[in-house]
Order: sequence, then C-alpha cells, then structure tokens
Amino acid sequence: MAEKLKLEMVTPHKLVLSEEVDEITAPGAIGEFGVLPGHTPMLTTLKVGELTYRQGNQVKHVAVNWGYVEVEDDNVTVLVETAEMADKIDLERARAALSRAENALKTLSPDDKQFKIMEAALTRALMRIQIATRHS
Amino acid sequence: MANLKDIKKRISSVKSTQQITKAMKMVAAAKLRRAQDAVVAARPYADKLHDMLSSLALREDANAHPLLQNRGTGRALVVLMTADRGLCGGFNANVNKMTERFVRDNAEGYELIDILIIGRKGKEYLKRRDGMNIIKVHENIAGSINYATAALIGAEVVEKYVSGDYDAVYLVFNAFQSAISQEATLVKLLPVTPKEVEESVHVAEYLYEPSRGEVLKQLLPKHIEVQIFRALLESVASEHGARMSSMDSASKNASEMIGKLTLQYNRARQAAITKELMEIISGAEAIK
Repeated sequence: MAEKLKLEMVTPHKLVLSEEVDEITAPGAIGEFGVLPGHTPMLTTLKVGELTYRQGNQVKHVAVNWGYVEVEDDNVTVLVETAEMADKIDLERARAALSRAENALKTLSPDDKQFKIMEAALTRALMRIQIATRHS
Repeated sequence: MANLKDIKKRISSVKSTQQITKAMKMVAAAKLRRAQDAVVAARPYADKLHDMLSSLALREDANAHPLLQNRGTGRALVVLMTADRGLCGGFNANVNKMTERFVRDNAEGYELIDILIIGRKGKEYLKRRDGMNIIKVHENIAGSINYATAALIGAEVVEKYVSGDYDAVYLVFNAFQSAISQEATLVKLLPVTPKEVEESVHVAEYLYEPSRGEVLKQLLPKHIEVQIFRALLESVASEHGARMSSMDSASKNASEMIGKLTLQYNRARQAAITKELMEIISGAEAIK
C-alpha cells in the first residue's frame, strides 16, 4: 500500500473531517486539481464547488464553499467557510436558497453591492443541488 | 423586635428572588456549554488560518498589502464587545472601563479614536461618558452568532481601514479562560502583525495558486473576519460563564439570608410565646 494523505477539513464552526485518504480532487481557483501522496507543498484558494476524496475504493464528495487548501508533507488542510458531505445536503434548503437568490438577482442591478453577494449565493445553491442530485 | 408577619414576608420575597437567580444560573450553565463547544470548535480553523498567514507574511514584503502596512498613528477605531444584558458580574464593566481607559490614555497619540460597539451594555455605559465617539452600535447579535455576522462586521472594519478612514483598529473583548474566569483583553486587529514563526519549520518552498500576492490578498481580510468571529464566540461564552458564577453566588447569598431571617423569625416567635406564657401565669397568680 502506498503512502496516504492526511486530509483535514475545517470550517469556522467545526472540524468537519480528519481522515487518511488516497487521493483528493479539489476545485482550485484556476482549475480543478488532484493531490496524491508526495505532492509538492502548495497553497491555493478554492472556489465554490465539489471536493472529492478517495479512500481505497470508496469515493466521497463534499460541497465546499470558498476557501483554501494547503498541502504540506502529505498533510492536506482544507479551510472552507462551509462544507457539506454530498449525502447530507438538504435539498429543500438548497432549492429555497436558489429561488431566493434568483428573485433577489432579478431586482438588483449588476452595480449593486448586494449583487455579488447574491450571485455567490446562487452559485453555492446551484452547486449544492448539483452535487446532491448527482450522488444520491 | 421586628414583627413576625414582616419577617415572614421578607423570607418569602428572598425565596422567590433565589428561585429566579437559580433558574438564571441553570439557563446560563446550559448556554455556557453550547457556547464553550462553539469556541472549541472554532479554534482549529482560527489556528490553521493563523499558521498559514504567518508563513505567508513572513516571506512577503510588509508593504505587499494595505492590511499589513503600518501607517503610523492617525485615526483609530476600537471595536468593543459587550453583552446585551446585565446581571453577569463584572463582565460588562471590565471591558467598558478598559475601553474608556484606552481612549483616555491614547487620546494624545491618535488624532481621533472612534468606537464601534457590539452589545447594548457598552452603548449604555459609553454614551454617558464625555469624549467617546460612538460611530455605530450593533445590538442583539450575541444570541445567534454565526460566521456571516462576523464576516459582515469584519468586512466593514476592513473597508474602513483600506479606505484610510482609520489607521489602526483595536478589539476589546472578554477572553474566555474557563467557566469561572474571563479576562478583559485588548488586541490590535489592524494593521496585521503576523506572529513570528521559526523559518526552519518551513523547509520547502510553496507553490502558490494563483499567486502568492493573490492568496495573501484574500487571506488577510479572512483573517480579520475569523478574529472577530472568534472574539464574538469567546465573548458570548464568557458572558454565560460570568452570569453563571454571579448567579451562583447570588443564590448562595440568598440561602444565607434565608437562614438568618428564619433564625430571627424563630427567636421572635419564641419570645412571643414566652411573653404570652408569662402573662397567663401572672394572671393566674393574681387571681389566687
């Protein structure tokens, strides 16, 4: 068995997971990237998206919000504002958030301060719905 | 000698006060546990972020980002965190006095010191003092702290700093040490002064995506948000801890008081009985 990666995922509210994994795929700011054991030290920002990790034959998916990933000596630290396992996403809530964001965007102009916030909310909700429906 | 009925009335009033303080203590204890868990849960994130920031800023020029620049002493902002409610011992008074003292002590060092208050008690105290410029008050957020609230306040502070409204930002709050001890703390929030880390810890050169400057630019405001979030959580946990211990001692005082009053009541009762007996006996004697 090859070496393993130690994955730690932390949000401001709690330590989401801390596990030994074989492979990680994450949505980086300039494109998706994969991490395998022996990766060079790296620090990157994440965008809203889906983070996938593999333990043996098991593949798990997590919906992550905007954050950071640090890779150092096979320790992967993921700092995100929110993280939800694919099987724990509340579809109802995500849909509600989606329609809320859509309605808000209709009334706002792109120059508004609120516009960017709602746009981000929209992306987040869409991503959660996508991930939840794809993996359930 | 106080009359029997009066003493009885007092005993029952002290008893009902005790019931209230006991209930408040229980509520505070339950809330404290939750708040304490939140503080503990937020720690890894704050620590990790801090590590990242330190290792980044160490290799970065101090002028790489406005939040790192030390612009000297111009205008300062103090962010004060208090509770919305009282009855929690010295909790509010400690931070309020600390803020007042800080403003007075540094009045000459800075052109101007403004205060941003979180919590009703801070407003009530400082608005009655001279020379306190309160620019904004956030009330009723301590009950439901989430990251978004902290992020909003953080963004506000960062914006004011970057736009040059302020040249330094301080944070005054009660640091949570344990359920029974809190410490009023003043920390410098901006400009960010990264803690020195040993260079030898980071042997390898990092790969940065998109670029080091870009990462730093996003990391710094985040750092402020997290600091505020953490301070808010600590403040809330401290508040419940302070309330729990002050209500505990209030309940204890009440039992003591009840004990004293009961003793007094019994003495008065006995005296009354003795007096009555004497009267009967002397009456009987007179008849003979």
